[in-house]
Order: sequence, then C-alpha cells, then structure tokens
Amino acid sequence: MSHPAAANRYFVPAPSHWPLVGSLALLLLASGAVLTMNSIANGGFVLMGGFAVLAVMLFGWFGRVIGEAESGSYNLQVDRSFRWAMAWFIFSEVMFFAAFFGALFYVRVLSVPDLASADQALLWDGFKNQWPSAGPAVKDPFTPMHAWGIPAINTLLLLSSGVTVTWAHWGLIANKRQQLIIGLALTILLGLVFISLQAYEYGEAYSHLNLKMTTGVYGSTFYMLTGFHGFHVTLGATMLIVILLRTVKGHFTAERHFAFEAVAWYWHFVDVVWLGLFVVVYWL
Amino acid sequence: MQATQHAGHAGHDDDSHSHGPTGLMRWITTTNHKDIGTMYLWFSFVMFLVGGAMSLVIRAELLSPGLQYVSPEFYNQMLTLHALIMVFGAIMPAFVGFANWMIPLMIGAPDMAFARMNNWSFWLLPPAAILLTSSIFVPGGAAGTGWTLYPPLSIQMGMGMDMAIFAVHILGMSSIMGSINIITTILNMRAPGMTLMKMPMFCWTWLVTAFLLIASMPILAGAVTMLLTDRHFGTSFFNAAGGGDPVLFQHIFWFFGHPEVYIIALPAFGVVSHVIPAFSRKHLFGYTSMVYAIAAIGLISFFVWAHHMYVTGIPLTGQLYFMYATMLIAIPTGVKVFNWVTTMWRGSLSFETPMLFALGFLVLFTIGGLTGLVLAMTAVDIQLQDTYYVVAHFHYVMVAGALFSAYAGLYFWLPKWTGHMYNEGLGKLHFWLSMIFFNIAFFPQHFLGLAGMPRRIPDYAQQFADFNQISTIGSFGFGISQLLVLVVVFKAIKGGAKAEARPWDGARGLEWTVPSPAPHHTFEDPPAFDPAEAHA
Ligand code: HEM
Ligand SMILES: [Cu+2]
Repeated sequence: MSHPAAANRYFVPAPSHWPLVGSLALLLLASGAVLTMNSIANGGFVLMGGFAVLAVMLFGWFGRVIGEAESGSYNLQVDRSFRWAMAWFIFSEVMFFAAFFGALFYVRVLSVPDLASADQALLWDGFKNQWPSAGPAVKDPFTPMHAWGIPAINTLLLLSSGVTVTWAHWGLIANKRQQLIIGLALTILLGLVFISLQAYEYGEAYSHLNLKMTTGVYGSTFYMLTGFHGFHVTLGATMLIVILLRTVKGHFTAERHFAFEAVAWYWHFVDVVWLGLFVVVYWL
Repeated sequence: MQATQHAGHAGHDDDSHSHGPTGLMRWITTTNHKDIGTMYLWFSFVMFLVGGAMSLVIRAELLSPGLQYVSPEFYNQMLTLHALIMVFGAIMPAFVGFANWMIPLMIGAPDMAFARMNNWSFWLLPPAAILLTSSIFVPGGAAGTGWTLYPPLSIQMGMGMDMAIFAVHILGMSSIMGSINIITTILNMRAPGMTLMKMPMFCWTWLVTAFLLIASMPILAGAVTMLLTDRHFGTSFFNAAGGGDPVLFQHIFWFFGHPEVYIIALPAFGVVSHVIPAFSRKHLFGYTSMVYAIAAIGLISFFVWAHHMYVTGIPLTGQLYFMYATMLIAIPTGVKVFNWVTTMWRGSLSFETPMLFALGFLVLFTIGGLTGLVLAMTAVDIQLQDTYYVVAHFHYVMVAGALFSAYAGLYFWLPKWTGHMYNEGLGKLHFWLSMIFFNIAFFPQHFLGLAGMPRRIPDYAQQFADFNQISTIGSFGFGISQLLVLVVVFKAIKGGAKAEARPWDGARGLEWTVPSPAPHHTFEDPPAFDPAEAHA
C-alpha cells in the first residue's frame, strides 16, 4: 500500500483545554446574565468574569489556530473544510436573522391588522391599522425613524465597504500588499463610521424621537433587528482588524488566505442583511 | 485481502501513539472523535436517567386521581424539565455520540473535520444541563410551561425561565457547531472513491439532520431571545397590547419544532438502515429511494409547522394547507418503512438484540406514524389537541422510535467500541422488558386521550383512573428495566467473548474493517474504498 507523505495527512489538533475554558465562559455569562436580569447582587461581577474568561479563550484558541495556519499545518483538504464550515456558519446566521425578519413580517401583515379588525373592536376600539404602530395600548407618542437620513448614508457606507474589501482581496491575490492594507483599513474605517452613526441614531431615537425598546412592536422589531445587525457589524469589524494586524505582520499569501476570505464573506453577509433591514425596517 | 490489509494498516498505530494528557484531563482536552463520542453517549445516558426519574415523578402523581405527592407547580416543572432533558440532553446527544464514533470510521476519515471544536460541542452540554437542573432550586422554581415555552405563561415565570432560555442558547450553539462539523466531515473527508451515493445510510441521515439543525436551531435561538427581551426589556413581540401576538411565538417555535422531530427521527432511521440489512444478510433495499426519501422528509418538515396550531384560530385555508402538507410526509416515510420490510423479505434473518430493537422500532414507530396521520387531520385534531392521545403519539415515535433505534445502535456497535461481545441473554431480556413495559405504559394513553383526558395536568377525573394506573405501572417497569443497560455495558467493557473485527457476518462498511476495539487512531491515511463494503 502506498503511504502518502505523513506531512500531507489531514491535520488533527493535539488535545486542548480551550474548549473547557470556553464552556466555563458561557456558564459564567449565562449565570451572570440571569442574576443581573433578576436584579440579584453581584450578577454584574459574574457577567464581567464571563466576558474576561471568554476573551482569554478567544485569544488563546484563535492564537493557536493562527499559529497552526502559519506553520503550514493545514493542507488543502483542511482549507476546504474551513470553507465549508464558514459557509454553513453564515447560513446559520442567516436563519437567526430570519426569525426576526419573520417576526417583523408577522406583526406588519397579521397581528397589527388583526388587532385593528372588527373582531377586536370590543377590546381595542378605535385602534387603526397602520405602520409604524406601537400597538393598541401603548399611548406614548413617538416618531418613527426616517429612511433617507442616516440610514441611507449607512447604506452607502456599507456598500462602499463591500467594494473596498473586494479591492483589498484583489490586492492580496495580485501580491500588492500596499493595496491590501489600504483596502482593509478603508473597510474598517467605513465599518467604524457605520457603527458610530448607528450609535448616534439610537441616541437620537431615545432622546428626541421617543422611540424606545418599549415602543410596542415597532420599537421591538426596530431595536431587535438593527441591534443584532449592529452587533454583527461590530464583530465583523473586529475580525477585519485582526486580519489587518495579521497582514501587517506578513501573514497570508496570494494562494493561501482562508481567514481573509472568511471575514470578507462575513462582511458581505452583514452587508446583505443591512440591505434587507434598510428596505423593510426603515424604508417601506 | 483488502479487509485484512486495512485492519493491519489501521492497527499499526497502537494506543501508545496518543501522547496526550491522562486521567480526567484526557477527557477534558481530547480531540479524538472516539473519546468525544464516548462522552456524548455517557452524558446522554446520565441525562436519560435524570429525565426518566422526572417522568416517574409525573407518573407517580398520576397513579390515582387527586393530588398526592407534588404540588401542581412542581408537577409542571418536572414535566417541562423531563421533556427538555429528554429531547436536548438524552436523545439528541445520543445520536451525536453515534455520529462522532461512527461517521469517521464509516467514511474512512482520520477524525472529525474540526476535532477541537468537536470537543467544545460536547463540553457545552454540561453547562446547559447545570442551568436546566439547578433551576429547580432557584426562587420560583424551574420553567413550568411545558417544553414549548409558550407565552404569556413563559413571560410571567420566575428566573428559572431565564435559565432555561440560556440553556437553550448554549444547547443551540453546541448543536450548530456539531452539525457544521458533521456536514463538513461528510462532504469533505470521504475515502477516495466513496461517492455520495455509495455512502452508508447513517451518514446520509446525518447529512440531512445536520442541515436541519443548522437551519432550525437559530430560529429557536431567535424565539427564546424574543422571550427574553419581552420578559426583561419591555419589548412587545408576544404582547397584543403592544401590537404583538402570543401566537407569533408558536409559529416561530414550531418552525423549529417540527424539523426538530426529524432531527430526532432521521438518525434513528439511519441506524435501523444499517441493522436490518446486517441481520437480514442482504443489501438495503432501495438505497436510492431511501436517500430521496430522507431528503424529501427533511425538506417538507419545514413546511408543516402549523399542524401543531390547528386550534389557534389560523384561517381555514391554512388548516387545509397544513393538513395536506403534513400528510405528504407520510409518503417518503412510507417508502422507508416499505424498504426496511422489503430488505427482510427472503433474507436470512437472525434475531440478535440489535435486530430485535430494530424490529421493535419498525413496528412501534409505524404505530406512532399512523397516530400522527390521525392527528394531522384538522377536524380530528381539534378534538385531540392537548390530550393524552398526543402524549401517546409522540412517545411512540420518540421512545419506541428514537430510543429503541439508539439501543439497536448501541448493541450493534458495542463490540466495535469495547472489543467484547455483550451478554446476548441480558440484551434480549432488556429488549423484551422494554417492549412489553413500553406498551403497557403508553398504549392505554391512546384511550385516555380519545376519552378526553387533557395532558399537562396533575389531577384527573375518576373515569380515567384505571388506564392511568396501568400506565404508571408500565412506566415504572420500563424505567427500572433501563438499568439493565448499565449492567450490559459494564460487563462488555470489563470482559466477555472477544469480538472480531466484523462480529456480525452480514454487516458491511469500512467500520468493520478495523479491529475491535477500534484503535485510538484509525484511517490516518485514507483507505481505498472497497465496493464490497458499499451499502448500495
Ligand atoms: C421512561 C420513559 C418515559 C416516560 C415514562 C415518560 C413519561 C412522560 C409523561 C408522563 C409526560 C407528561 C405528559 C403530560 O402530562 O402532558 C411526558 C411528557 C413528555 N415527554 Fe416523556 N416519558 C418518557 C420518555 C421520554 C423520551 C425518551 C422523550 C424524548 C425524546 C420524551 C419526551 C417527552 C416530551 C417532549 C413531553 C412533553 C412535555 C410537555 O408537555 O411539554 N419522553 N413524558
Ligand atoms: Cu410537527
């Protein structure tokens, strides 16, 4: 029987304690969150502890992975595994957002019109079917978010960041490291401006528009969708920063740069979710 | 001979090769699919005993009418934890354990695609189990809503509900990571020459299951996240006063929940599709149609969710659509049952314990499937919704279906894992006790349901007393019989007749070409795929 060179075997990592550290982090985070949400003393400490352990785990684990990648442990088959995995992971994220988009669809097409129908007139007399709506019992007046101010600018920002990250990728493939670094830096910059504008928008909403989480279903869906999206942009930007730092350190070659592509895919995914948000949350 | 060559080759790598930590740290840090599979299986069995003990609390309370042992609140908590633990802690991890142990062996891969993440998928389970079980002791007790966590009740519950929500989040992460791992392993690490349509059926069922998990677990995560914000941050997703709707939760939950039942059922189908051919000494009948049936079941399972919601006031057209769509699933399921039966047709049958459990599965799962068809009919379900008929139905598919299939797999592969044959007499005893007591416990529940006894109630009217008594006796018998598994497994670990590489003469597949017990590392170099081992 022919033995392929052992060096070309599929890489199976050595035993590692990081998974257990990760589980501990999640246990602390969950318990801390439960305690905090139920206003029990010291919940905050547990929560912070959870974040700290999580950070240690992320540094340690990803540090390990990066080391393995740079030392050439991953053959092409492993590379293909990573690609499949990232694609399926993004699919799971799509489904996560689908739950909230589904909720938005349901309240706009079914529950609000139904609450305003003749069937419900005894309970909720005078409630009108319109969108945005905070429901029949939330009487606090609010101003909905306009699409063509900050959100439109944000759309432009994210779309251009999709261009810059692709341009950076072209640089990487053509071995133009300068272009790669500039492209990445621009993408990160656009992402950070996006996040800042989003934070500003939230501030405005709370202080001037009286638009809050408690503003009925409009507020609920608005903050849930834009909030989770903003969180994902933050994650994506963080990952881009890591990629930039690695690039500066000389990681990645024109042929082998899965991490870069994974983050680029993620960034495009976040971009597409935003387009969905812009249309159904802000615009229509 | 191919097989012996493989065996010798795989065996060159003795256990001293694994130079990782020893003792407890070996298990905590392991990146070996066999170790991780073993941990999944033990975890699942422990959870099965915990969840089983809870079900016995329920059944004890139901022994006679009136309230005797527990308060209604505690009854509800037991009911909820029993179900969550059985579904997420016992049945699902059992099949993930099988997947971990067997898929790399079946496809000739050195390990799972992501061995370290694999370990994390497992180690996420204990924190979730801790959150669930310890929630009994917090103020207000555990979640008492039933495993479906419907609002508005779930919004009014105490902090035990939050613990359940976070447990579900963690379990979801574990499932998603595990599924990504399994899908990638199957798609990317098959031995050269093993095309998808030559792949063992267990791998096919897991491929589709992993897809269902990746698509549906995030939906559940979204649903419980909305519960959490409704509970603590003043959102109104499930609150009509704010324009939301409690029924919205049901839609989202069941969009996850129905695929979930196939997440439990498909791997069970996979195991049975190995056991029946092996003990019939024939190829699986209709391999290709099996694959299409699995794919069809997986796909349709996303479009039938509101058959759980016939009485929520969905429009008549909706009821009709969901009724027909649900019945459609009976077609691919029927194809599978037909193929299993036809595999046995004129086979050279023998009835060792794995085959007995597979046959028990076949008969009882089919009964459960038929009562499912009854429940799919809107007009009938309006009568039967939330009665004991439903409880009987899903225990036929989940206990006699998934659990029996898991036992079939356990007895089938135990020789490969331990290197010893299990005690056939004890195995058969375990089967017959399970089979008889299961039916004593659950068959009468059909009658209770038809007579109108509601589920999720600690007390009931006098007229239901007899059948409940029978059911409780059966439950205790069933529960106690399960301890036999421990005896059988320990005996097989400790000793017993030496198992050959292929202890079942009718079994095919790469997993039977490596020695028993399987060495710590197998197939570090991809084996050549031998068509004689193909299932098709
Ligand atoms: C020893 C075997 C078992 C016994 C005796 C048992 C008994 C029970 C009982 C008495 C109930 C309460 C029914 C009600 O009042 O509505 C119940 C509910 C349930 N069981 Fe089991 N069970 C067993 C095994 C399992 C297994 C293996 C699973 C899952 C894979 C399972 C899943 C469920 C589910 C999902 C519910 C519904 C809980 C709810 O209403 O939310 N059970 N079981
Ligand atoms: Cu269903």
